[in-house]
Amino acid sequence: MRRLPFSPWHLLLMPLALIFVLPLVQMVLTSFMTSQEINQFPPKFLPTSIHLDGYRTLLSESNILQWFGNTVLVSAIAVLSHLVLCSLAGYGFARLKFAGRGLAFLAIVATVMIPIQLLMIPTYLMFARAGIVDTLAAAFVPWLASAFGIFLMRQFFLGLPAELEEAAVLDGCSTLRTFLSVVLPLARPALATLAIFTLLSSWNDLLWPLVAISDDSKFTLQVGLASFQGTRRTEWSQLMAGNVIATMPLIIAFLVAQKRFIATMTFSGLKG
Amino acid sequence: MALTFAATPRTHQQVAPRPRGRRGRAARRTLTGWAFAGPATLIVVGLSIFPAVWAFFISRTRWNGIAPARDVGWRNYERIATDPDAITAAKHTLLLTALFVPGSIVLGILIAVALNQKIRLIGFYRTCIFVPYVASAAATGILASFVFNPQFGAANEALRRLGLPAQQFLESPGQALLVICLIALWGEVGFTAVIYLAALQDIPRELIEAATVDGASRWRTFLHITLPELRPVTVFAAIWQTITAMQLFDLIYTTTRGGPMNSTQTIVYYIYELAFQTQRLGYGAAVAYLLFVVTMLLTVCVIWYSRRSGSEAF
Repeated sequence: MRRLPFSPWHLLLMPLALIFVLPLVQMVLTSFMTSQEINQFPPKFLPTSIHLDGYRTLLSESNILQWFGNTVLVSAIAVLSHLVLCSLAGYGFARLKFAGRGLAFLAIVATVMIPIQLLMIPTYLMFARAGIVDTLAAAFVPWLASAFGIFLMRQFFLGLPAELEEAAVLDGCSTLRTFLSVVLPLARPALATLAIFTLLSSWNDLLWPLVAISDDSKFTLQVGLASFQGTRRTEWSQLMAGNVIATMPLIIAFLVAQKRFIATMTFSGLKG
Repeated sequence: MALTFAATPRTHQQVAPRPRGRRGRAARRTLTGWAFAGPATLIVVGLSIFPAVWAFFISRTRWNGIAPARDVGWRNYERIATDPDAITAAKHTLLLTALFVPGSIVLGILIAVALNQKIRLIGFYRTCIFVPYVASAAATGILASFVFNPQFGAANEALRRLGLPAQQFLESPGQALLVICLIALWGEVGFTAVIYLAALQDIPRELIEAATVDGASRWRTFLHITLPELRPVTVFAAIWQTITAMQLFDLIYTTTRGGPMNSTQTIVYYIYELAFQTQRLGYGAAVAYLLFVVTMLLTVCVIWYSRRSGSEAF
């Protein structure tokens, strides 16, 4: 690679990068400290040795493994359901002409501006009547599909050239068959985008499961962590261990899929 | 979730409609269409339009969720105007929004411009700046209450090394909201930075080159070419970040829970308290409706302004 000369931009970017990443490094380091080390003055940045007490106590005294499992389950259902339902709907709105299409799409557009805080109260009542409050279903039902997912997929399908589908239709394929074997394979980048966004928002959701779930064993990671923080404010090594467990899977996923992720933001952000 | 509004495609291509035969074919087509679009539409609309309408009826009652609801007409709405807690919460929300939105836009542009340079380590910088966006606001809040801890937190240690006096941060009524705004910026600016970065890379190279050839300085080129080209993104970012700021909850819940002395009480947190801590569902719904209306008005204003000034992103 050609060596580039030193640029003054480094003077801006290096400190910025540190500000953004050091707190996360400290979170990981603190999770390996003893409470004595944490309470020292002046504060220490590096642990003297790696202590696993924070993790050990967290694992034995809280349901964190269960919360982890719940979160994985809720997110997996959210992602899968988004992939299926939103790609179907996106295709329907992009390519199929049917009575009521305009009205249905308008209704979906209208939902975007409604704040979740307004929906919380009636949704809670609805779920209570359906008997699913305090179950994991309460956590994933609102994540089965989203206006955002429908827009994203519709947008993608609108941009696909129609010739391939026309050829399939001429060959006698049904609409579903055309969708499954011609259109969907082309939609992989959009599906990856949708999966990433859904994973990110369902994994990190706090407010709704906080409202809908009160049984400790049904908590998701975010709710569990917040409740844990309420009861053990001072046990920082445990709190940081919990934070690491809740944050690291997504950070690792991000590091692995970084290119795709940035492309995602670009793709969904503003082109046009 | 207005992300893709911005991305209206330039070309609408549609499969040529099959020749219309009998009425049966149209019915069949409608059935197929609904089979595709129906399930997702049902979930999205069923879980938002229907509850939103229901919330309106709830907002006109006095109700604790258990005893029968009592109809009180517009009284809940009238009460907001004279409720000191609601007024304080509204002020905090507006202050937070007024700080957060310009902050994330200016920082986003600055970071995006820096990240758009062809220098070494650029991939590393991009990763670092974007990673906090991936962490949840709840985890960020817990981490922040550690970093900003007045006794042993890293923030005070940094101040001490610089020879500055220690601060109370989240424990001081005068500082808590500002600190929360800073943390929110830390967690969210990756988003604006990335969409600005994408927009910067979309600016036709010829435009910049032409300006350079004409002898414009880099600063002038930035001011007169780059910034105007970024306007559609700015409109989008402004709306998106306004919604983010007005609905900020997780961070407040995991740092201050509205304290100290109500200094970080925002509208969203107030709604949560009303509806789910003190079971005043009717009044909570009324305050939530107000939030909805204000958010909508702000969004419409931004869109209207951007249309008028000719930088339509929508």
